[in-house]
Amino acid sequence: MNEFLVITIGAILVNNFVLSKFLGVCPFLGVSKKLDTALGMSGAVIFVMTLASLVSSIINQLLLVPMKLQYLQTLVFIVVIASLVQLVEIMLQKLSAKLYESLGIFLPLITTNCAVLGAVVLNAKSAPESVQSTWYGATIYGFCSALGFALALILFSSLREKLDLAKVPEAFEGTAISLVTAGILAMAFLGFSGLV
Amino acid sequence: MDILFPILTVGILGIFLGVIIGIVAKVFAVDIDERIEQVEEMLPGANCGGCGFAGCADFAKGVVAGKATPAGCPVCSPEDVVAISEYLGIAAEEKEKMVALVRCSGDIPNTVRSLYNGVRDCRSAVLVAGGAKGCDYGCLGFGSCAEACPFGAIEIRNGLAVVHKELCVGCENCVAACPKNLITMVPASAATHVYCNSPEKGAVKRKVCKTACIACRKCVKASGEEDYMEIDGFLVRSNYENPPPASLVEAAGCPTSALRVDTEHIKGAYGGASK
Repeated sequence: MNEFLVITIGAILVNNFVLSKFLGVCPFLGVSKKLDTALGMSGAVIFVMTLASLVSSIINQLLLVPMKLQYLQTLVFIVVIASLVQLVEIMLQKLSAKLYESLGIFLPLITTNCAVLGAVVLNAKSAPESVQSTWYGATIYGFCSALGFALALILFSSLREKLDLAKVPEAFEGTAISLVTAGILAMAFLGFSGLV
Repeated sequence: MDILFPILTVGILGIFLGVIIGIVAKVFAVDIDERIEQVEEMLPGANCGGCGFAGCADFAKGVVAGKATPAGCPVCSPEDVVAISEYLGIAAEEKEKMVALVRCSGDIPNTVRSLYNGVRDCRSAVLVAGGAKGCDYGCLGFGSCAEACPFGAIEIRNGLAVVHKELCVGCENCVAACPKNLITMVPASAATHVYCNSPEKGAVKRKVCKTACIACRKCVKASGEEDYMEIDGFLVRSNYENPPPASLVEAAGCPTSALRVDTEHIKGAYGGASK
């Protein structure tokens, strides 16, 4: 039990995918202009990442490891993620057209979101033994990584909404100040590094 | 044999996932208004953005939803507009075709220029003291507008952008691209234009450009009772409410040949000709 607490806190705060591993920076900067799109994107990423971790872990353990095909991991995981995103897209279009519209291009972009692929590959390669060898460990790790991504995205979008109202020197307006803010946010997250 | 297993694994996995996607797509199929698809097919598919929508598909959605009219598409020919309107059962709007006009005739033989070794792009050149041209209002001739034109309607000839009217569809992409705000939209039926945009006094303009409009008003006098021309400070412009006929150019005898017929202008017939 203690072990999973460590994984949870580690994935959300200490080894945050965006702010300390610098994975998934594209949606982090692209969808964070408004809080509601950030929430939508976070939801989609949490869903896809958890599901991708589960499915890829099962495929890894039942198919790739027994057949000694670990070198195919990246290839297979990309196919799995792409199919999952496709499934989510089809289902969202039917179930929640509004969310589908507001996510727009970013939903297909999850296919190439390196945070999702990163989570899945790390699950299979360098995660603790309890994560690598069990499907639920991998799922929890994927879910927590996605929560960390969502936390960073929501924090950052709130900051950016405030930035719109703030007086910013002209040379810093727009993307420049956003990148500076992201850097400071990443530094703030470094403070968690001794936690686990 | 070693290669067979990996190929089979990946292949079977791909087929399996493909089948699942197929099944889900069938179960969760969304009914899309087929009129949108039809309208999109009838549109030119240029995706130029001249209508103000994100592209032809978005515009088609807007038209079917009643947020836009078929005439809002600048690329559609009048026949296309009628066809789409008939298909949707709405009244077709008349629209006059608009084309771009570069209001400058200062090509290399006619203007004073200085050396510029920077990036060959008008927007960059403007940052360097307004560009390497004697006239601060003239066409820089690096072709930012020609690059912005998805239809290849703008040609750079002798350091001057000229519009091929028959190719121009009026998407206004070039208008936004020109840092000198030289390009305006004019009715395609109008043939006679004043190719100058400098608001400076005549004497100042003439020092840097042989073909500037010096507002001598010969053309205004030649148009007589007819209100063909408009005076705007030290500039005369065609009145596009009542466009001047091509014959006015000869009747007026413009001393700097700033008043031109567009077909002759594009041929370069006035090249270096100032009387």
